[in-house]
Amino acid sequence: MPATDRTFAAAAAFWLFAWPAAALDPKEVAPGVYVIAGAVALASPENEGAIANIGFVVGRKAVAAIDPGGSATVGASLVEAVRSITDQPIRYVIYTHMHPDHVLGAAPVVAASGAEVVGHAKLASALAARAEHYLAGARDALGDEATDGLEVVLPDREVAAIATLDLGDRPLSLRAWPTAHTDNDLTVLDERTGTLFAGDLLFTEHLPVIDGSITGWLALEAELTSLPAARAVPGHGPATVDWPAAAAAQFGYLASLADSVRAQIAKGAGLAEAVEAVPPPAGNWALVETFHRRNVTAAFTELEWE
Amino acid sequence: MLRTHMAVAAGLLVATAGLAQAESDAWSDIVADVFDGRAMQQSDIVTLETPYRAEDAATVPVTMHFAPPEDAGLRVERVTLVIDENPAPIAAVFELGADAGVSRIDTRVRVQSYTNVHLVAELSDGSLHMTETFVKASGGCSAPMGKDPEAAMANLGLMKLRQFDGANPEAQLMIRHPNNSGLQMDQLTRHYIPAHFIHSLTIAQGDAPILKMEGGISLSEDPSVRFEFEPNGEPIAVEAQDTEGNVFSENWPIEVGRSGT
Ligand SMILES: [Zn+2]
Repeated sequence: MPATDRTFAAAAAFWLFAWPAAALDPKEVAPGVYVIAGAVALASPENEGAIANIGFVVGRKAVAAIDPGGSATVGASLVEAVRSITDQPIRYVIYTHMHPDHVLGAAPVVAASGAEVVGHAKLASALAARAEHYLAGARDALGDEATDGLEVVLPDREVAAIATLDLGDRPLSLRAWPTAHTDNDLTVLDERTGTLFAGDLLFTEHLPVIDGSITGWLALEAELTSLPAARAVPGHGPATVDWPAAAAAQFGYLASLADSVRAQIAKGAGLAEAVEAVPPPAGNWALVETFHRRNVTAAFTELEWE
Repeated sequence: MLRTHMAVAAGLLVATAGLAQAESDAWSDIVADVFDGRAMQQSDIVTLETPYRAEDAATVPVTMHFAPPEDAGLRVERVTLVIDENPAPIAAVFELGADAGVSRIDTRVRVQSYTNVHLVAELSDGSLHMTETFVKASGGCSAPMGKDPEAAMANLGLMKLRQFDGANPEAQLMIRHPNNSGLQMDQLTRHYIPAHFIHSLTIAQGDAPILKMEGGISLSEDPSVRFEFEPNGEPIAVEAQDTEGNVFSENWPIEVGRSGT
């Protein structure tokens, strides 16, 4: 697969020319903290890949964008949205994890701002191995027109444990987690307002999706929910939710899924049988049809080793 | 400053037009190349269960049943599982032990695109018996090799045997292995991640073979083979080899089918 290296200027010109930005409506959820809520849906030409929550935090000297969205169109719109609010430069693009709906919007943001891309220490290798697959998937879901020239940008700076980024009197605390939703989950806490960008360690409305480890995810519940935040921005769902109350539904689903799958394994069911037998979750989750049986598969192949 | 960018190449995706034609072409090529064009009969000696729509294209469960041929002098010697549209269509070839009474095998495969799946049994008289299903799934082979590659490599070759007692005793052999397909490009290095998979697996009870498998890249990560068999009371011995020359072996006492005849 030919990869391209572009100079900064050429890339910027390309993006500005190629991507007429659709208007995104940032909501100020706390002073200087903005969220563009994504559609709780699969990526489609209608939503242009804007299906994950996108955030940005404005300091005295700089802006950090947290998850630049799922397509170049969305990333370009994010640049416009930031410009509509502040002249401060976007200095950082922070990935909460590798999934395409969170990272594929990075290229136009980087091209327009020269921002440094920051992610979990394990993100680069995970995203590099999946890049082709994600780009093909985006092309399938969004159509050729929306994804012509779509690119993946790998992090410049890696976080192995914790890190602080200062936006000018505005420290952001970054924390890398062990394998849970994925093997490269990272949370961002805006210390000044107590706003936690939880990425997909927190699903609301959208059924949680396991692409890491169900036991790992359940194991970090206590530590995650004790983070001192007043509100959280989930990876999917409303712009903000109460913290940690909003995490209860997700961990309830994961715990009951683990219980049901363990019961299937204990009675000797095979994978195909368990996928049929584990009941869909109670509650008002969206996208159960798409993700529940896949979660059963992921949980089964992990838990059968216990 | 150089950044790593990756572009969608034109024509990355396989066109879906003319799929039906492509499928029959794929199968007739396989019949010619793998089975020397020999005649096959559709028969109920073999049955195949696959989900119509796979939830996870990298982990698609497959169940194969083998009924004893009407002529009691014959038996199923070998079965070949074929995923027509995969880059390496022969997922696995199983040789069934003469006295092991293997009547069913479950495994998990990667499925690259919408595809027919064929199961071909060769009887001891050389006749071929075939059945087929259709699976809707895509991207299984180029999909990520694993959710946690660090953990996967740390446990490389770890095996587990589960035994299930009942009217038809069963066992499930699981091996920790990334079973890398060699189809995933690492965009950091811009090289394909080398194929690294279990290519041979022998399961025996004492000296009597239960089954021998030759596997390819279409088998899922952490290969799993579950089988119905007739235990002879001897310990179960497993040896697996991967493409890097690693040999993994282990023995377990038999826990099923003791009470019976
Ligand atoms: Zn995610």
